[in-house]
Formats: sequence, C-alpha cells, structure tokens
Amino acid sequence: MAISGTQSQRGGTHVSAAEAAAAFERRETRTRWLLSAPALITLAVASIGPLLIVLVYSFLQKNPNGGVFWQFSTDAWFNVILQRDIFDDTLQFADAHLSIFWRSVKLSMGTTVLALIFGFPTAYFIATRPERTRELWLFLITIPFWTNLLIRTFAIQEVIRNEGIVNSLLLWVGIIDAPIQMMFTDFAIMMGMLYVFLPLMVLPLYASMEKLDFRLVEAGYDLYATRLQVLRRVIIPLVKPGIIAGSILVFIPSLGAYVTPRVLGGGKSLMLGNLIELQFGQGRNWPLGAALSMTLLCIVMVALLVYVRKTSRQGGAHG
Amino acid sequence: MSTAAAAVEAKNVSKIFGAGVGEVRALDNVSVTIRQNEFFTLLGPSGCGKTTLLRLIAGFEMPTEGSILLEGEEVAHLPPFKRPVNTVFQNYALFPHMSVAENIGFGLEMLGKPKTEVQQTVDAMLRLVRMEELKHRKTSQISGGQQQRVALARALAPRPKVLLLDEPLSALDYKLRKDMQLELKRMQHETGITFIFVTHDQEEALTMSDRIAVMSQGNILQIGSPDEIYERPADRFVADFIGETNFIEAEVIERIGEDGRIRLPSGVAVSHKLASNAGVGSRVTLAIRPERIDLVRADGETHLKGKVDNIVYFGTDTTFHVGLDSGQSVTVRVQNRRGHQEILQVGDVVGLTIAPEAMQILRD
Repeated sequence: MAISGTQSQRGGTHVSAAEAAAAFERRETRTRWLLSAPALITLAVASIGPLLIVLVYSFLQKNPNGGVFWQFSTDAWFNVILQRDIFDDTLQFADAHLSIFWRSVKLSMGTTVLALIFGFPTAYFIATRPERTRELWLFLITIPFWTNLLIRTFAIQEVIRNEGIVNSLLLWVGIIDAPIQMMFTDFAIMMGMLYVFLPLMVLPLYASMEKLDFRLVEAGYDLYATRLQVLRRVIIPLVKPGIIAGSILVFIPSLGAYVTPRVLGGGKSLMLGNLIELQFGQGRNWPLGAALSMTLLCIVMVALLVYVRKTSRQGGAHG
Repeated sequence: MSTAAAAVEAKNVSKIFGAGVGEVRALDNVSVTIRQNEFFTLLGPSGCGKTTLLRLIAGFEMPTEGSILLEGEEVAHLPPFKRPVNTVFQNYALFPHMSVAENIGFGLEMLGKPKTEVQQTVDAMLRLVRMEELKHRKTSQISGGQQQRVALARALAPRPKVLLLDEPLSALDYKLRKDMQLELKRMQHETGITFIFVTHDQEEALTMSDRIAVMSQGNILQIGSPDEIYERPADRFVADFIGETNFIEAEVIERIGEDGRIRLPSGVAVSHKLASNAGVGSRVTLAIRPERIDLVRADGETHLKGKVDNIVYFGTDTTFHVGLDSGQSVTVRVQNRRGHQEILQVGDVVGLTIAPEAMQILRD
C-alpha cells in the first residue's frame, strides 16, 4: 500500500507538472492575443469593416438620388466592363471604363519607372554618404510629406502651366517661341504623381542599399567589371528587394490617385480614382462606384501577389 | 625571366587621407620592389599602412604622391578593372546572389571570354581548391573555410599577374589556418603567380613568405627573407614584433676597425662586430632570441647570471624567466628532449651563455 501510494504520488506530481506547462502555454497564448488585440481591432474596424460595406454595396441596386436600394443586383458588376447601348439595347464593352483602366495602369507604370530612374541614383547617393550626413539627406527627402497634397499639386501646376516657371524661363531664354502645353496632359499627371510618390521609392531603396556591402562593389571592380557591369551584375541584383518594394509602394497609390489627375489632368484625363469619385458624386451610381473600387482592389492584390511570390522565391534562394 | 621587370614596384609612394587637422599619413614615402613569382608578405600591426599599400596596388585608392609600376608599366592612374591584379578580400566578399561556380567565373566573364573557356577554367579552379562537389551551392551555404577557397579560386581564375591577399586567413580557426597556409603555398607554387600577402601574424609571415616587409606607421622598416628578419632584425621594432626577444644594454669598451669588444651588464666582455657609428664608451642594444640562450651551472664560465623567477611548460619546450642581478628579466627557451631535463626549480641561481652570432646589435 505504501509503495503504491508513493507511486501514485509520484504520478500525481508528473501530471501536475504537465498541467502547469499547459497552463503556462495557455497564459502565453492569451498574452499574445491581448498584445495583438489593438492592432486586430483597428484592422477590423477601419479596414475589413468598410471593405465589407463596399462589397455589399456593389451587389445592391442604385438609387438615382444617391445611396442604394436594399435589393440584390449584379448590375453594377455587369456595368464595370459592359454597357447597354442607349438606342438599341445591345450589349457593348464599356470602352470608357476600359480605356480609363488602361490609362491608369499605363500612367502608374510610367510613374513607377520614372520614380525608379530618379530614385535609384538619389538613394545610392544617400547610402554612400558618410554616416553622419545620411540622416540629413533622408530628412530632406521627407520634407514634401509635410505639406498638404493639394497644395503640392497646385505648386506643380504653377511650375508647368503655360504662364508657369518652366515656360517663362524657356521663352525668356529664347529656346521656344510659344509656351509648351504641359498642363492637362498625361505628362502633367505623371510629373505630379512622381513628385508626390518619389519618397516612397527612395526610402525602401535606401533601406536595402544601406545594407549593401560595398566591398562587393570593390570585388566587382577588382574582377574587371566596368561601372555599368557592376551596377547591372552586382548592385541591382542585391538591392532588388528594395526596387520591388519601392515600385509597389509607388504603383499602388498611383493607381488610385485622385487629386493629382483631377488638378493636373483637367477633366479630360480621368484615372480610376476619378471614375470612382464620379460614381459617388455626379453619377449617383454608388453600386457601380463600389464595384469599380473592388476591381481596383483586385488589381492591387494581383500586383502584391506577384511581389510576394517574387520576394519569397528570392528569399529561399538566398537561404 | 631574370631580365623581366619586377612584378610590382612602388616608388616613393605616399598616401594621405583627409585634410587639415584630420589628415592621416597612411604611407610615408614608401618604396618597395616585389619580384616575379615571389610570395611577398607585408607584415605589421594594424594601422601600419600595409592594407593601404595593398589597396594602392589593387587600384582602390590613388597614391597622393609617387608611382606604382606593374611589370614596369605605370598603373597608378588606372581603375581596378583595368589592372591585371586580383584580390582575395579579408571577408572574402563573395557575391551572395551567385553560386560558387558563378563567383569563380565572374572575372573571366567580365573579360569577355567565351562560355566554354569560362566553364573549363572554373572547373580547373574548382579542382585546384578541391571544391568540385560544391560547384552549384550558394556561397551562403558553405563553411568559412570553403568560402575562403572560393574567394581564392575566384581571384586566381582570370590568371592575374599579381594576386593580392588581404589577411585572408584571419577569420579561420587555428587548425584550418595552418592547413590553408600550406595550401596557399602550394597554389602559389602551382600557378607561378606573384602573391602579395598582408598579415599582422608574424608566424604566418615567417612560414609562408619568400620575403617579408615589416611595416610600422606608414614606413617599411626592413625587407628580407624570413630568417634574415628573424635572425638579424634591423631595429628594436622589428626585433620586438617578430617573435620574442630579450633586449640587453651593453657598452662598447674597445674598437679596432670593425671589430670591437662590448661589456655586458654582468661585467663580462665579449668580442663583436660593430657598426661604424659605435665608438668606445657608447651604449648599444643587443637583441637575443630566447632559444639562443643556454642555461648552465652558475659556477662555470657564463655571460650572465641570474635567479629563476618562473618556469612555464609549453609541451615542445619550456620557458624560464631569469631575473638578472641588474633587475632585468631575461626569457630563455629550452626544448624539451627526453633525457635532457635538468631539474631546475624556481629560485635556483643559473648561468646564461650566448653564442656571439646570436647577439644582434640593433641600429638606433
């Protein structure tokens, strides 16, 4: 009896140790959830909730006076790419929408490429400065963020309009006889977006260039690579994550840009952001606006997916 | 070949970093000639300018003054990618986004060699450094010693006229470093390429080099073969930096032509060749290696006398620290041979004898 008693006691201590471990595990899990709760709640209230509302609205019927009728309908989604001819009711592609989609993608890509062309040397310049002065340069890069977007956009207008700084200067020097029309063109929109989004390219590029081991650059030169070859074969492959991150950060907000194309593109050059705004405003077609918004979201998601797959493959290769 | 120009020649090279108050003179009017097919070592403590000299030869830095000749041709103004010189970097600097084979082939590819030739050379290099199986690995997936071999193969693949090695063994552990020292020597022999090796490790320098340049504070103090440097150090710094040395003050008491007699602190006089500026009455410093001193009975004929302060056993040999009457401590190293142990204990009084040729008079 005494022996079995000890055994069961021993067994008892084993169980309680396991229980204690399990209880500890539970407490740990609870702590983790509690710590992440603020972020999760914010995400739910500010991001997932509104998205669900937009998704629901895209499946409702439009109210011509604004808002929606609570009646299920796929009209809005149908109208994103198709439209009925007003005279004979035949189905047609919604050319206007498609061309705006295309223009948005085209201008966003153009802006991204321009941002890369301007941002890469800038980031390289900052990353190769002595450590003390780098922070100053980074600080200068972020200055545009301090000013309101609208004001910055009007400032660009002041620079490129027919009576603006650039044209006056060129006229005064005598290079041109008549002002170059820059306002209300795709060029103007890209200029504006480039100005607004350039820091979003420079900062991630700088982050990956700062980590770049410049001894690898020296090794490249040592092994007979010219400056251009070192750039192409050593620097660009190594800062690729920064290039991709910067491109995504510029491309996505460019795609949804709304103020810049409105001010600099005039009424003629609509982008997706303006088209969506139009549906909620004068168009009085909230479901279509919602459906267009979801479409934009899908384009962005695809871009992000490509990014994630690219970087994860790279990460795996790096070991 | 004997009439060919030197592999590398630095003429009156100075390098100054910064300006004004922060000016640093890394190299001060340095001249050195490195012969063809030579294993030449730049040896010195950190900050002595050895790496700067290497970077000047590689082309990563431009000399402030002076010229650098590669096989008789001035290269000081050429960028690194136009010099037939390759470097093995201290941290290897392998390209992390390329495989072992791609790293090794990079230089040849940049030189525009055809693909088949690049492939053949890469394979030959992999054989040379015994890394055939790891050809397709990423450089992050191999060990430090293997990275070292890849770095070496990458630098040798384009068959440079001169290979520069910037403390390539410092990151390896002791055993691996020993192996690589022999390996490097073998490769230098097999390839016939001039090696310029930078290190702060005197043992490494002595075991590997054909000739050594000892550097300090931007100057070259002495150039010579390992045994010259070790046996006949030119000055106190070299004697102190290379191996262990006892410095003993002595006085010149007689002089006839080059020959003379000097008096040791114990009062014993010995004959020795003298430098031209050492007149009677002047003091000189003798450098004496610990293994060149013999321990004898104190009552016999001795050069110096003292008391054993400390005995340290090292396996192959034993070190005795002997306190002289003058208060100075002298280190004596005795090889441990079977049947040779004299039982000496701390506190015993011993005599020291030194062969005259083991007393090296230093220049001041």
